[in-house]
Amino acid sequence: MSSPLLSVRGLKIGATVYPPDAKPHDIKIVHGVDFDVEAGKVLGLIGESGAGKSTIGLATMAYGRGGVKLTGGTVFVNSRDVLLSDRRDVRNLRGAEVTYVSQSAAASFNPAKRIMEQVIEAAVSQSKFSKNDAQARAVELFRKLDLPEPETIGDRFPHQVSGGQLQRCMTALALCPEPDLVVFDEPTTALDVTTQIDVLKAIKEAIRDTGVAALYITHDLAVVAQVSDHIMVLRQGEMVEYGTADQIINAPVDEYTKALVSVRSIDHKEKTPSGEPLLRVQNITARYRGTKFDVLKDINVDLHAGQTLAVVGESGSGKSTLARVITGLLPAREGVVNFNGRELSPELANRSQDDLRELQMIYQMADTAMNPRQTVGTIIGRPLEFYFGLKGAEKQKRIKELLDEIEMGDGFIDRYPAELSGGQKQRVCIARALAAKPKLIICDEVTSALDPLVADGILKLLLDLQKVEDVAYLFITHDIATVRAIADSIAVMYQGEVARYGGKTEVLSPPFDDYTDLLLSSVPEMKLGWLEDVIANRKMQSGGN
Amino acid sequence: MRIPLSAIIGLFITGVYFFCATFASWVAPYGMAETVGEVWEPSRLGFLLGTAPEGTIDAQYWLGTDQIGRDLLTRMIYGGQTTILIATAATILSFTTGSVLGFFAAVSGGWVDQALSRFVDLVMSIPSLILALVILSAIDVTVVTLIVLMGLLDSTRVFRLARAVAVDISVMEFVEAARLRGEKIAWIIFREILPNALSPLIAEMGLRFIFMVLFISTLSFLGIGVQPPLADWGGIVKENKDGINFGISAALYPAVAIATLAISVNLVADWVLNRTTSLKGGRS
Repeated sequence: MSSPLLSVRGLKIGATVYPPDAKPHDIKIVHGVDFDVEAGKVLGLIGESGAGKSTIGLATMAYGRGGVKLTGGTVFVNSRDVLLSDRRDVRNLRGAEVTYVSQSAAASFNPAKRIMEQVIEAAVSQSKFSKNDAQARAVELFRKLDLPEPETIGDRFPHQVSGGQLQRCMTALALCPEPDLVVFDEPTTALDVTTQIDVLKAIKEAIRDTGVAALYITHDLAVVAQVSDHIMVLRQGEMVEYGTADQIINAPVDEYTKALVSVRSIDHKEKTPSGEPLLRVQNITARYRGTKFDVLKDINVDLHAGQTLAVVGESGSGKSTLARVITGLLPAREGVVNFNGRELSPELANRSQDDLRELQMIYQMADTAMNPRQTVGTIIGRPLEFYFGLKGAEKQKRIKELLDEIEMGDGFIDRYPAELSGGQKQRVCIARALAAKPKLIICDEVTSALDPLVADGILKLLLDLQKVEDVAYLFITHDIATVRAIADSIAVMYQGEVARYGGKTEVLSPPFDDYTDLLLSSVPEMKLGWLEDVIANRKMQSGGN
Repeated sequence: MRIPLSAIIGLFITGVYFFCATFASWVAPYGMAETVGEVWEPSRLGFLLGTAPEGTIDAQYWLGTDQIGRDLLTRMIYGGQTTILIATAATILSFTTGSVLGFFAAVSGGWVDQALSRFVDLVMSIPSLILALVILSAIDVTVVTLIVLMGLLDSTRVFRLARAVAVDISVMEFVEAARLRGEKIAWIIFREILPNALSPLIAEMGLRFIFMVLFISTLSFLGIGVQPPLADWGGIVKENKDGINFGISAALYPAVAIATLAISVNLVADWVLNRTTSLKGGRS
C-alpha cells in the first residue's frame, strides 16, 4: 500500500466557550494542520500548553474532548476517513487500529480491577484475540517493556506497582490489540527523570519491535528527539515547523523552534559564600505525625544572604518536607533551624511576626496557591496591610511598584487569578512573597508546571530580583537544567538524606557518587542517540524498576 | 446579565410569597382571626372552575372559609407570614452557627474538631422531631423559642456540610500561605474559606429552608408549634383536616403553598449556584 497509514489534511478543530461577561462564541483551537505518518514511523508533536497537541492526537481517533468539535479537514487512517465514519466504524477503529496512552496512568487505570484484565480488555472486546491469546500477548509485552515478573505482574492491582511501571503497563495496554497507530500523550511527563529514562527506553524498543506507528506528544523537545523520526512543532493550533528529528534539533529554521532548542541557556556564575549564613539547618530529623519513618535524616545545609541553594532529588526524597520543617508547618523531631542569627521555633504558632515575614514561600501550583475569589490587588496587598499596616493610596502605590517589579502592568490589579496565564499567576505569587520584604524565599518547584519558555522567564525574573532585593532562595526542584541556571550551592537529596552538598561547580563536577551520576545523566539532552548512550554507561539502576 | 426562564419563574413565585408575607395586613382582605361567614363555605375558585358542590349559587370567598367561618385566603396569607418568618429566621440562625462552627472545626483540627464533631454526632443521633417534641413540651412555646430550637437543631446538618467543604479547602496552598503569613483564624475562615465554600452552602440553603417550612408545619400540625389564634400553614391543615371527609379541600391549600414555595426557592438557589460556581471570583 503506497498511501500512508495516517494522513491528516487541513484538520480544523473548534470549541464553544462560555465567558461570563459575553455571549457564548466559537473559538478555533487548531487552524488546519497537515501531516502523514508512515507505518512503523514515529511523529513527535511538540509545543507549549494550549498549542493543540493533545487535541490533534485525539482527533486521529475521531474524538473531541469535552465540548471540542472537529470542524473541518480529513483524517485518513488506513485510507478511510474516520471523521466521516459512523459510530460503529469509530468503535471498531478505537482500541483496535488506533490506541491511546495518556499522561497519568494512575488516573487512567481502574483501581478496582487487576492490571491484566484492563490490559487485554480492548483486544478481547474487539475480538482480535481470544482471552488466552491476549493474556499470552500481554505477558510477552510486559517482558518486552522490562517489567519485573512479567508472568504475574498482571495479577496485581494498579496501586501495587510504581508510577513508572504503571505507565509501562499502559503502553502494554495500548499495544496489546496490535494497533496500527498508538497515540502517546505526554507518557513520561509525570515521572521523575530517573524513571522517565527507563520508560522512554521501553517505549522506544516496544515501538521498534512491534513495528507500530506512533504519534508522540510532549512539551519536552529533548524527550521527543529520542523517540521520533519526524517532529512537528505546533504553536497556538498552527504548524510552525516540520522536519526530521535531526533537522529540528540541529538545524531549526523557525525562530520559535530555535527558542525551544536553545531554552535554558541562562548563564549564572556561582557566588562564593561569605560571612555568617542566613539560614543554617542543623541535624534536622523529621517524620510525619503518626508514622514511624524518618522522612528527613540528619540534614545539614547552610544558605547565605542573597544566594541560592538548590535542593534536588526525585519525588519522595524529602525535598518538600525540608521546606515544611523550615517554614514551621512540620516541627522537626531533632535538630535546629537558625535564621538570621536567631533560632527559629519549630512550631509555626510560636514564631514572631518578623520570623514569618522574612521567610516567604512560593509554590509549584500557582493556581492553588492563590485564593480564586481574591483579585490580584487583594492578594498582593494583604501582606502589605498585614505586616506593614499600609492602607489606601499608599498600599495601592506599593502594589503598583510590585507589579512593575514582576514585569506586569497595574492593569492587572482588579483581575482574578483565573483570568491570568500560568506564567502570570506565578509572577503574582512572587510579588506576594516580595511584598513582605523577605530575606529568604522558599521556591518549591516553582517552574515545574510551566512551559519551558515561560519557566525561563520566571527564572530570569527571580535572578534579577535577587540582585535588586538581595533575597536568598531555597530552590526545590527535580530539574537539573533549572539548577544549573540558578544555583550557587546545591544539596542533592536521596531517600531523606543529603547525598552530596557543596558549591554548584563542585557538586556538578566528577567524581560523582552513584546517585548523583544517575540523576545527572538521566536529564534528557537535545541530542539524537543520547538515550542509548546513557543506558549503556550508567552505574546505578533507577528506583522505578 | 441573562436570567434563565426557570430562575425568573422561581424569583416571581418566591417574590409573591415573600411580598404577601411581609405585607400580610395590607394584602389580606379580612382580619387574621375575624369570623366572616358560615363554616366551610365553598370557594369562589372552585365555583368558577365548576368544581363546587351542586346547588352552589354564589361563592364570596376566593378559597372559601375555614372550620369556624374565617376567610381561608386571609388565613393562608397570615399563615404564610408566620411560617416564612420562622423558617427564614431559623435557616439564617442554623447557617450562621452551623457554618461558622464547621469552618472553625475544620481549620482548628485536633481536639477542637473532635469535640465539636462528636457533639454534633450525638445530637444528630436523636431524631430531631422527637427531640423537638420533648423540648417543646418542657418550655414555653413562642415564636422566638421555636426559631432558636429549630435553628440550633438544624445547624448540626449545616455543620457537617460546612466542615466537609472547609476541610477540602483548608488543605489548599492559599490557606497554607495565609497560615504562614501568620493570619488569625477569623481571617482564614471569613476571607479565605467562606468565599470558596459559598456555592455548596447556597445550594444547601435552598433545600434547608424548605425543610424548615416542613418542620414548623409538622410541629404546628401536631399542636406544639405555632399556637392559635396565630395562623400558620401546618396549623391550617390541622384545623381543617376533618373537612376532607366532607369533600372540603381547605386542608390541601397549605400543601400546594409549601410545594410551590419549595420548587421556586430551589429554582432560585440553582441559578445562584450556577452563577457562583465559576472560579472567576463569583462575579459576572
